[in-house]
Amino acid sequence: MKNYDIVIIGGGPAGLAAAVSARENGIDRIIILERDKELGGILNQCIHNGFGLHTFKEELTGPEYAARFIEQVVAHDIEYNLNTMVMDISREKIVTAMNREEGLFKIQAKAVILAMGCRERPRGALNIPGYRPAGIFSAGTAQRLVNMEGYLPGREVVILGSGDIGLIMARRMTLEGAKVKVVAELMPYSGGLKRNIVQCLDDYGIPLKLSHTVVDIKGKERVEGVTLAKVDDKGKPIPGTEKYYSCDTLLLSVGLIPENELSGGMGVELNPVTSGPRVNESLETNIEGVFACGNVLHVHDLVDFVSEEAMTAGKNAASYVQGRCEQGMILSREEICIKAESGVRYTVPETICPAYMDDKLKVRFRVGGVYKNCCVCVYFDDENVSSRKKAVVAPGEMEEIILTKAQILEHPDMKTITLKIEEA
Amino acid sequence: MEEKNLICINCPLGCALTVMMQGDEIISVEGNTCKRGDAYARKELTNPTRIVTSTVRVRGSRESMVSVKTKEDIPKEKVLDCVRALKDVIADAPIRIGDIIVENVAGTSVDIVATKCVKKSDDYIQSP
Repeated sequence: MKNYDIVIIGGGPAGLAAAVSARENGIDRIIILERDKELGGILNQCIHNGFGLHTFKEELTGPEYAARFIEQVVAHDIEYNLNTMVMDISREKIVTAMNREEGLFKIQAKAVILAMGCRERPRGALNIPGYRPAGIFSAGTAQRLVNMEGYLPGREVVILGSGDIGLIMARRMTLEGAKVKVVAELMPYSGGLKRNIVQCLDDYGIPLKLSHTVVDIKGKERVEGVTLAKVDDKGKPIPGTEKYYSCDTLLLSVGLIPENELSGGMGVELNPVTSGPRVNESLETNIEGVFACGNVLHVHDLVDFVSEEAMTAGKNAASYVQGRCEQGMILSREEICIKAESGVRYTVPETICPAYMDDKLKVRFRVGGVYKNCCVCVYFDDENVSSRKKAVVAPGEMEEIILTKAQILEHPDMKTITLKIEEA
Repeated sequence: MEEKNLICINCPLGCALTVMMQGDEIISVEGNTCKRGDAYARKELTNPTRIVTSTVRVRGSRESMVSVKTKEDIPKEKVLDCVRALKDVIADAPIRIGDIIVENVAGTSVDIVATKCVKKSDDYIQSP
């Protein structure tokens, strides 16, 4: 069995940044296991620009952003295996993987960083009635076909869901000569970034129908058309509002789900709201020495924040290997819970152990609805310690607050930190 | 005087902007809640530009396509011409990020550059 200090599962933006950060923090034996034929993950098919504004202060395309990190991985001489599928991770951190060259093999890791990213919600998760003809794709599949394989999956397109990938694909397919007839969104607001609605839909005159869904798909061999209907405030179609659109392709951009089959298999506790692991201040799961970052932890809007989070995970995994793991150094784990309440759907992390915390800790969260002129309030037990005014918060844009160690040490008996959205 | 409506893209608030124009001149911007909205409206209505990203076919590699972009932003009305100009372009591997794939695309005096490194077929090594 091979031995490594840190095994990173996934060579996308999270895995790459975690690897670089772990190396920069003094870890020699690192390996990235990637199932695709190249590093970079989903960035390779995201050929549009807008990546890297926070990290590199310039707008890069997905492949360019990935290349910046791949260059660092190569410069640091970090090992990686491509075309390698991880089959299992045990609680003892034995990683079982396979590829064509080595067959099935095992690696004993001191620490594991989960960086598997996420998957698109498929049609099966939606309960759309109708036949199952060809021509129904998830937006990301269509993106891969167009941008990497060079195929246009259809000529007349309806898109269900206004997530960013759906919006980006509306523009992309239009530019490649397809007619995108309409984008339907079940919710009364779009889950995508404003910029994408303007530059991908409005620029090309593509209508966005909010509070609409697909109620029927016509066509037996190939999609011939879909019927949209308006939905009420409970998301139920309103009879009499049906409208038929002829099309040969239906793209689904209806959400992303962290890919946690491996995590679940090894006994990592998952948060039902994020579908990602529950983590502490070190981005460490309930299994000691197993860390998570990027979209496998919670779905991000911006890759810059994935990289930042992954750098933190890499650094923490490094100090785990150097400290707790090698020297048996274990501080008491008196934990403070972070609770998400009234309007806040979840927080990452969910617990803090002040002894392990950096001077500053970023707590990322999402809200459950659109709130205008509100305050993001932080409570230490029952005491309101901060209220930050926001003109607007929306489910489509991840928010963050910063907690300082000094501030937390001033409250030694604190049990709970609560995040709430309140009226300003 | 003509009224134009647009949505500001600077933040999730998405202010609905109302702009009064006299010919090509902007008389007033209303509806914005910060100065970024004003600047956005002025640029968008007098000189709207976009970076265009697309793909072109590749010869001599295991990869079928290479992703490309306009090196700088080009006038918005040139976007479709730009994409059309890429339709029959074939690029030969190897290609490095930043390599010029098409010069002066659609008369914009802006070049199309590669955004991905593509090796020749034989240069892809198997994983160690």
